[in-house]
Amino acid sequence: MVGGVSRVLLIEDDPAVREGLELALTMHGHRVSAVESGEQGLERLRADLPDVVVLDLMLPGMDGFEVCRRIRAAREVPIIMLTARGDDMDVVAGLEAGADDYVVKPVQPRVLEARIRAVLRRIGRDQAELERYGELTIDRAGLVVAKGGVPVGLAPTELRLLLELSAAPGRVHSRQQLLESVWEHGYFGDSRLVDACVQRLRAKIEDDSAAPVYVQTVRGFGYRFGPV
Amino acid sequence: MASRPSLGLRARLLLAFASLCVVTAAAVAGPIYLAARIAILQRAQDAAVESMRSRLEAVFPLRSAVPGPDELGRIATAVTDGNGHAIAVYHQTYSPSVPPPPPMGGRLPGRIAPALQPGAVPAQLRRMVAGGEMGWQRVVWHGAPFLVIGAPLLIVEPDGTTRVSGIEVYVAHILLSEQRSIDELAGLAWLAGGAALAFAVVLALLATRGVLGPVRELGRAARLLGEGEMRTRVAVRGSDELAEVARTFNTTAAELERHVEQLREMEADARRFVADVSHELRTPLAALAAVADVLDEEAAQMPEPAGRAARLVSQETLNLTALVNDLIEISRFDSGVAALALNEIDVAELVGATLRTRGWSEQVRTELPPGVTARLDPRRVDVVLANLVGNALRHGEPPVSVRLSADANWISLEVRDHGPGLEEAVLPHVFDRFYKASAARARSEGSGLGLAIARENARLHRGDLTVTNAPDGGAIFTLRLPRRAADPGAGPQ
Repeated sequence: MVGGVSRVLLIEDDPAVREGLELALTMHGHRVSAVESGEQGLERLRADLPDVVVLDLMLPGMDGFEVCRRIRAAREVPIIMLTARGDDMDVVAGLEAGADDYVVKPVQPRVLEARIRAVLRRIGRDQAELERYGELTIDRAGLVVAKGGVPVGLAPTELRLLLELSAAPGRVHSRQQLLESVWEHGYFGDSRLVDACVQRLRAKIEDDSAAPVYVQTVRGFGYRFGPV
Repeated sequence: MASRPSLGLRARLLLAFASLCVVTAAAVAGPIYLAARIAILQRAQDAAVESMRSRLEAVFPLRSAVPGPDELGRIATAVTDGNGHAIAVYHQTYSPSVPPPPPMGGRLPGRIAPALQPGAVPAQLRRMVAGGEMGWQRVVWHGAPFLVIGAPLLIVEPDGTTRVSGIEVYVAHILLSEQRSIDELAGLAWLAGGAALAFAVVLALLATRGVLGPVRELGRAARLLGEGEMRTRVAVRGSDELAEVARTFNTTAAELERHVEQLREMEADARRFVADVSHELRTPLAALAAVADVLDEEAAQMPEPAGRAARLVSQETLNLTALVNDLIEISRFDSGVAALALNEIDVAELVGATLRTRGWSEQVRTELPPGVTARLDPRRVDVVLANLVGNALRHGEPPVSVRLSADANWISLEVRDHGPGLEEAVLPHVFDRFYKASAARARSEGSGLGLAIARENARLHRGDLTVTNAPDGGAIFTLRLPRRAADPGAGPQ
């Protein structure tokens, strides 16, 4: 974790890239376990309990998207995918499979490091109040979201997006603002990150994703929480 | 311009048909007309001469060898047949015939001059008659055609020889009815000729339509082919020369299409090759980029020259990464997979973010009216702007300025420096791939694809990127983008 040592699970089939990234991430103070296939990665996920997964989408055997879905099903660990530049379909499919963020190969280790820090950044636990919006309760202290009393399993980025939006109900957040505050990408981040994350979030907290109540789209501007 | 050649052909064909018709008509009708005319006149002439001969018989015997005007008048009256004038001449004395009573309602006498004068008789005829021979000649007298017949009166001596009495008789026969027959003949000839001409014109028009239709179609097809419509073919009708031309056209077009297709394939192959190479370079470069970072971090602690070598490797890896990324980007434009991620954007905010992100806010003057929004792909506009401003800061002279203006449908961003501007010869090429203004320019200033990518990004928005030199120095790059860019790729979402 930030401040301490974070455990990174790196799943990358090319030995040179794997070794290079392992070296770079280790130098940045992470404890890296690097594996060459999705199957090994899933095994190691259970053994190592990593804080973040860096996943290459182009893998032999089980492909990156499937690995991504299985990791997501098993744990709410942040996933950063490595994608080939310009393979837009891969990016979209990866985000739909549950990835939180992506970096483009050939990746600059500094960029990857910044992304890892962003997904690991602690969410402030200063507010103790339990917020209620319709059936939804948000416990900012315990970082628990429940719908109708049943806890909802949210990935870290989904949770942060929900917390960011619900911190000011009714206010419109542009995609650019959300990219800066949730993903720490800056103004020119990929707005599809926001859209894909909103889709996943809606699938988990809305009754009907097509007619959302909590996370609403404001056409041409961005997203808004409520009004419920 | 396009229709002129066909008009010319039509005119030429019409002219040829008409001339042919006229020449044929003249060749056929002319000799017939002439022969008929001669025959008619000859008959009239023979009849008149014969009638005069017989009337002259009645004049004899002469009452006096030296006749006075009365005697001459009697002779003249005797030889007229009531349908003409006569005059008898003896040396200087002459006398016309007594005019016949005008026929009822007839116009002929009215058109005949009051009396035949010796002056109206052609001199040639007079000489002939004076020589003792009978003669005749056609003259136009008072606007009407006449046949003037002259005869000398001869005296037969007892020994059987004849001598000229000195008395000459001239009779003028009007040839109006003959003239009318001839005119009728000519009229008929003209009528037939005119009808033939009209027929020829109709035929010519039909023929030109038959020729011009296919010719026009060929012209249209050739134009389409020139415009790049490689599949253009023409219908082949019949087996004449035009059909042959159409067939040749089709063969040529097919050949051309094949060549163009080949060239396109070659170009596509070349581009695919670049794309493949770029993608292949990505994996080793990923490993290299990862360790270069480590090297760079450690370079400070390394002894020289290893430290400098490490920094060099790190720097060049960055450059190589940028180049490969640009190559991949441009091959995405080439293959048409580049898509817009459109968003409603405050343009001033976007420009501010571009400058802020790169630490240029202090160096660049801006003129950004607030509240101008447009539907754009912010990442792509950022790429364009960063390239333009980066170039201006590197190659131009300060101050560098960015000016935003907008109308109802377009926004326009002008990036300007105050250096010497670009050479005129360079201007048309600045957006070419890997174009370097001078061979001496340092390699490390960029991939050589920056402006090409910038323009592709502008065009993906259905906008454009242009460059000019300001009159008072400095280059001006103008990015024009529609405020409502249509999404050509209709993105995956």
